[in-house]
Amino acid sequence: MARNKNREDPQINSSSMADIAFLLLIFFLVTTTIANDRGLFIPLPPDPDQMEDIDIKIPERNLFKIQINSADKLLVEGEPLQDVNEIRPMIKEFVLNNGRDPESSDSPEKAIVSLKTDRGTTQQKFIQVLDEIQGAYYDMYADRAGVTNKRWRELVDDLKDPENKRLYDIGRGVGEGEDGKVAFPMQISIAEPTKIGG
Amino acid sequence: MSKFKKKANTKQEIPTSALPDIIFMLLFFFMVTTVLREVTINVKQRIPEASQLRKLERKSLVSYLYVGEPKKTDQWGSEPRIQANDVFIEPSDIVLWVTQEKDKLDEVERDQLTIAMKVDEDVKRGLISDIELQLRKANARKLLYTTLQEVEE
Repeated sequence: MARNKNREDPQINSSSMADIAFLLLIFFLVTTTIANDRGLFIPLPPDPDQMEDIDIKIPERNLFKIQINSADKLLVEGEPLQDVNEIRPMIKEFVLNNGRDPESSDSPEKAIVSLKTDRGTTQQKFIQVLDEIQGAYYDMYADRAGVTNKRWRELVDDLKDPENKRLYDIGRGVGEGEDGKVAFPMQISIAEPTKIGG
Repeated sequence: MSKFKKKANTKQEIPTSALPDIIFMLLFFFMVTTVLREVTINVKQRIPEASQLRKLERKSLVSYLYVGEPKKTDQWGSEPRIQANDVFIEPSDIVLWVTQEKDKLDEVERDQLTIAMKVDEDVKRGLISDIELQLRKANARKLLYTTLQEVEE
């Protein structure tokens, strides 16, 4: 049972632990990217070949027309516009008109925002304008539901929560429109782009 | 004079024994919050900024399309191209690609497939609308334009 009394200290030297951890840390820092999965949602219309070709007449007053040409210049309701940020209040006024101004929309349910681009329009400009249109709608929904715009966008993506669903129904006016439809739909029509130069 | 010579008896060193723990915590943070990149992106990606962003709910239902000018312009030319998984495809191949992506999902979830398009700022709408048309034909009608969060004033 006799043991050598001069045995070494059994502790492991842990001073290099920090260096090892640093190396691992640097490896993960370099090889990974933080996932960026946020953006602007748009639902696409059905396949054009399967859609019936019916000519629906939409009164001029219920259309809010935005056009962008190949030089990224804006034409809103027939007038040139420089500042993209002006679109947002204009859309709110248009949608919430409720038939007061005969040139503007009948009701939020009938209001349609039409966005037409050229084939030469850059994606950046398109995103900017789409962002403004969606922003205007989210602002209005959030107002109706009594929440902030940011909160509205969060709750829309998580409708499993009954509280979120309740607020969503208030904001969109689900079942309050004609034939039990949504009273406050977000109707954005993205038209087929024109050929270069238009 | 002696009272000026008095030296403080406290130790000068900072204890460093907790350093590895701090580094490990950082390490775990990065390991948890990051995802390893699945595909090599071969197109330029300067993602536009927007303010009204929404989050993707379920990552498993998302397929990605990357659109932009190829990084290797001498090999692929400078016209914007569409990258799906690891290859360049033409707009006419999109219907097939969507079918393949749908096959990867469970049958009940196939109609919930979301296409996330990562589009470079300078790509023209013409190409994007061609892609949109093909997606409509393929009945993949949930579309997300990936954007960055604009810094709000």
